[in-house]
Amino acid sequence: MNNTARPVLEGRGLVKRYGHVTAMDGCDFELLPGEILAVIGDNGAGKSTLIKALSGAIIPDEGTILLDGEEVRFHGPLDARRQGIETVYQDLAVAPALTIAENLFLGREVRRSGAAGKVFRMLAKRQMLREARAHMDELKIGIRSMRQTVETLSGGQRQGVAVARSAAFARHVVIMDEPTAALGVKESRMVLDLILQIRERGLPVILISHNMPHVFEVSDRIHIQRLGRRATLVATKSITMPDAVAIMTGARSGDLAA
Amino acid sequence: MVETTPLGVDGEVPEAEAGPSFVTRLFGIPALGPFVALILVGAFFALKSDRFLTGGNLSLVLQQTIEVGTLAIGQTLVILTAGIDLSNGAVMSFGSIVMTKLAVDSGMSPIPAIALGLLACVAFGVLNGALVTGIRLPAFIVTLGTLNIAFALTHIYSGEATISGLPGEMTFLGDTFKIGGTAVTYGTVVMLALYVVAWFVLTQAPVGRHVYALGNNPEAVRLAGVHIRRLLVGVYATAGLIYGIAALLLVARTQVGDPASGQTDNLDSITAVVLGGTSLFGGRGSVIGTLIGALIVSCIRNGLTLLGVDSIYQVLITGILVIVAVAVDQLTRRGTR
Repeated sequence: MNNTARPVLEGRGLVKRYGHVTAMDGCDFELLPGEILAVIGDNGAGKSTLIKALSGAIIPDEGTILLDGEEVRFHGPLDARRQGIETVYQDLAVAPALTIAENLFLGREVRRSGAAGKVFRMLAKRQMLREARAHMDELKIGIRSMRQTVETLSGGQRQGVAVARSAAFARHVVIMDEPTAALGVKESRMVLDLILQIRERGLPVILISHNMPHVFEVSDRIHIQRLGRRATLVATKSITMPDAVAIMTGARSGDLAA
Repeated sequence: MVETTPLGVDGEVPEAEAGPSFVTRLFGIPALGPFVALILVGAFFALKSDRFLTGGNLSLVLQQTIEVGTLAIGQTLVILTAGIDLSNGAVMSFGSIVMTKLAVDSGMSPIPAIALGLLACVAFGVLNGALVTGIRLPAFIVTLGTLNIAFALTHIYSGEATISGLPGEMTFLGDTFKIGGTAVTYGTVVMLALYVVAWFVLTQAPVGRHVYALGNNPEAVRLAGVHIRRLLVGVYATAGLIYGIAALLLVARTQVGDPASGQTDNLDSITAVVLGGTSLFGGRGSVIGTLIGALIVSCIRNGLTLLGVDSIYQVLITGILVIVAVAVDQLTRRGTR
């Protein structure tokens, strides 16, 4: 990793309290251009709070978030999306009875030009089908028709649709929250390949996962979250799986040279 | 936001969109089953009665479909979002009393009176939507409450009296014109036009896709950045406006404001929606199916009447049909997923 590169997304001293519980306690975060950064941590380590703060789902009580070196404040997920940060959720946030194309463009439908689009608000269905096909092809997701409803797809293909949607619209960062948690072995394989495809396109990916083999297979660096802070940030190559788990669970301190 | 599609390629897709096979598409047409059922019902009564397929009788069937058919459009919108509206018949009845009483008893000119009647119905729609989204109460309970409120207000405001002697502007939609010798009311045309508009918005505009998606997976719609509460309140308010139009059509057809009207129309509209193949769990179905569903109910009622069958048997058969329709819907869903 090029250590002089400016981080795409950065968090400094993030704090989030829920009543008496401090979910994030001065947490730092750093994502470099073009990398796959895995975020791991035990349950309750503040992983999802951190991700929610970065994707605009919550607003941190203290600390700053910087996107391309400039301070940003997200007032909601839509805000973060407008800034080019897309999130893929583990629970397959797709509408099963809608087609693949409709799901890809859900909330961002393209309307026809001229009066048909402006006055009658007509959808540009052909254009959306064409672009959906291009997005899916680029990520090498082999699906015959964009007119298929999502419910006819396998779990992996559905996740593929969700990933393609994020990849298509993200300009800065793709965040993946447990993208393989609900999937079988073969389907997980497909999603991991997708993650690598996205990095090839030059987009950095934040991967939140409990699955250590997956994390070690695709990530460039690992952010280990513990007790509401970053215990360590380390290049994947320079740490072993047992050591990562040990830091995660507190059996070992995170003060190793990253 | 076209400019946010960085991969926006200009056209070069190798193969044409193949699409599912013809047979899959045929069975994929949401209203095909109901349509076949309507044809079978029609054929049955045509064989049993010479009068059934006459122009005059079919025009009558359409006229008898008007209120329930119009209410069912609003009901379809609500059910597509995985809600249900028990209040629509009572809201329509209230709207019809507001417009007729204002015009006849309060001496208001007809057009503002009609507008206020429509507004009363929209207000009920907004109230339903606000309670469903704001306090997150189940639509069933909310609309059961507003059903009773609208019912009570109708009787309080009207003093249980039927209002007659309506101005011409209010009954105009009950007038007829001839199509090939058959008299058709303007109200029928209004209802059919509303179906076309609803179909267009639901299938051709972004907001229509959002309504379906909302019934499918509300979380997906929220994460996609759609303002869910606004959308839901909008759906209930639009349904309210449609109930208001149903009130005007009712007044025009019956030429009176009747506080006892519309009492079973809520269940009849749900029947029409379900027979039309729209899922009560939301997110699937079509408004064209609803029209067919409403016509099935009317045809059965009309046909049985022609055959001299007691009207209570019509209710019995409709009840059985609803259960069959929902059962078929459930079984086919289980088959696909």
